[in-house]
Amino acid sequence: MKILVAISNVPDTTTKIQFTDGDTKFNAAGVTFVINPYDEWYALVRALELKEANLAEKVTLIHVGLADSEATIRKGLALGADDAVRIDAEGPDALFVADQIAAYAKANAYDLILVGKETINYNGSSVGAMISGVLDLPFISLANKLDLAGNKATVEQEVDGGTQIVECELPLVISCAKGMAEQRIPNMRGIMAARTKPLTVVASNGAAPLTSVKSFTLSAGRTAVKMISEDNMDELVQLLHTQAKVI
Amino acid sequence: MSVLVYTEINKGRVKKASLECINYAAKIAELTGSTVTAFVNNADAAQLEEIGKAGATKILSVKNDKFNADSMLVSAAVEQAAKAENAKVIVFAFDIVGKAVAPRLSAKLKAGLVAGAVDYPSVNGSSLEVKKNVFSGKATALYSINSEVKIISLLPNSFPVTAGDNKATVVDFSVDLSSVNSRIVVKEVKSNDANGTTPLPEAELVVSAGRGMKGPENWKIIEDLAGSLGATTACSRPVADMHWRPHHEHVGQTGVAIRPNLYIAVGISGAIQHLAGVNGSKTIVVINNDKEAPFFKSADYGVVGDAFTIVPKLTEAIKKFKANQN
Ligand SMILES: Cc1cc2nc3c(=O)[nH]c(=O)nc-3n(C[C@H](O)[C@H](O)[C@H](O)COP(=O)(O)OP(=O)(O)OC[C@H]3O[C@@H](n4cnc5c(N)ncnc54)[C@H](O)[C@@H]3O)c2cc1C
Repeated sequence: MKILVAISNVPDTTTKIQFTDGDTKFNAAGVTFVINPYDEWYALVRALELKEANLAEKVTLIHVGLADSEATIRKGLALGADDAVRIDAEGPDALFVADQIAAYAKANAYDLILVGKETINYNGSSVGAMISGVLDLPFISLANKLDLAGNKATVEQEVDGGTQIVECELPLVISCAKGMAEQRIPNMRGIMAARTKPLTVVASNGAAPLTSVKSFTLSAGRTAVKMISEDNMDELVQLLHTQAKVI
Repeated sequence: MSVLVYTEINKGRVKKASLECINYAAKIAELTGSTVTAFVNNADAAQLEEIGKAGATKILSVKNDKFNADSMLVSAAVEQAAKAENAKVIVFAFDIVGKAVAPRLSAKLKAGLVAGAVDYPSVNGSSLEVKKNVFSGKATALYSINSEVKIISLLPNSFPVTAGDNKATVVDFSVDLSSVNSRIVVKEVKSNDANGTTPLPEAELVVSAGRGMKGPENWKIIEDLAGSLGATTACSRPVADMHWRPHHEHVGQTGVAIRPNLYIAVGISGAIQHLAGVNGSKTIVVINNDKEAPFFKSADYGVVGDAFTIVPKLTEAIKKFKANQN
């Protein structure tokens, strides 16, 4: 049983976002990059737990990105992944990224492919389902619990208005959401070990992306808040009715 | 050539997010000189009529009790419809089903996808250009979709729903799913919405509370306020983590992202990760006893003071307002 975990390299949540080159590029100067929280806290940690419970033999990380994302990959190795693969390309869109990951997964026969539910920079929630499409594998989205028994996965996932429990035989692609596992902090031993763990760099297939970003715009802040005295809730209700027109 | 819309029936009604998609598709059809075809499974006559009124010219009506459980089956079914209709644009809601199916279809059809669009697209030669939120709402990006077939999924509550008197032609459409190797078996379904309010992602009015409420026993005043408005309740992450409230109420970056017309935040500090899930709300009211609470910077209306006295007063004021309106 081999698990492949896709990780993305994203600006830390608290980053102040800025753009350069006429608002066509994200300005990465001075920004701290981290493993996308859903990929790390949920997909990767659950994969490691399954390995620790002897339900999986190996956990491999995969990342589509340039050499400057290696610190992020090493952090994933420090948390306990066995090895890592970096596909050497700047992922221009989700389908490009999914195509690269799917090609590697296919050639190396993974039983389970885990991704986070979305990235916190592009918020597209797309890569997992795209990988499943390329490989023609079943896909279970928004999973908050995953158990394995032999060749069968039991997964709890979010559905409209609730959750459901589904079963599916491997191989399978799952996108992981909150609840799947608890965050871990790498320890010193893990950090030391990560330095020597294998990190293979693979060339991308160079396919042309089907979408491109033309420009970015910072979201407009709200106009200054209007403060209302706590003794004047009638005024607030009137403003919500006449000014904001929401009630 | 048509714009195909994946339309969903939920609890006996056409899902609001689907109606938004049909309206949206009608705009795209206008821009590109094409027509709108809605794809729907297991709809009754009234629902088909509603889909027509929202702007569909034609409805592919499918009767299949199997495929809703598995994105593999839904994707294969929509793929067949897209090919039958020569669809050049396919529209989904960026909701639970749309998030699982649209990207899969994008991979199958080699169709560029913009997931979570927040604006009507514009045509630029053979490309469509459309905006979506990025960096958890801190910015928007203008995407160009350059493939022949284009897929757009729409962030729910980004567009108003309008209905006209249009009548759609309804065609029975059968899908052949025999070659799909679906292996997912549903064992159990657990429902969240016992109280009958609108589910959070679709709610237009939301009353949310945080750790400032001190404990789960104090939520009665939040529920009363929500009840007076007909709003859905939500909470911050620590509140769900401490099991004061159920997890499906947790909004924010790690929880549900919402875009209601009105978001009332009570005793919530307004941390960036919370804002990431609610900053698309049209109007934000913040009630907090700390006048320096960061949430006031992202609010439209603010009240400084103790939630335990303010919330009941606001509930009374709303009840009075509603009584006067009737
Ligand atoms: C990667 C990551 C993801 C996260 N995702 C989310 C997420 O999705 N959603 C989320 O909410 N958080 C998320 N968080 C946590 C977030 O950073 C904050 O810790 C959280 O939002 C704080 O919740 P709170 O405002 O309810 O509590 P607190 O920060 O404790 O704030 C309570 C507020 O209540 C006010 N208050 C206290 N008593 C009263 C009273 N009597 N009347 C009125 N006001 C009162 C206080 O002044 C304070 O402002 C995430 C954090 C990380 C690191």
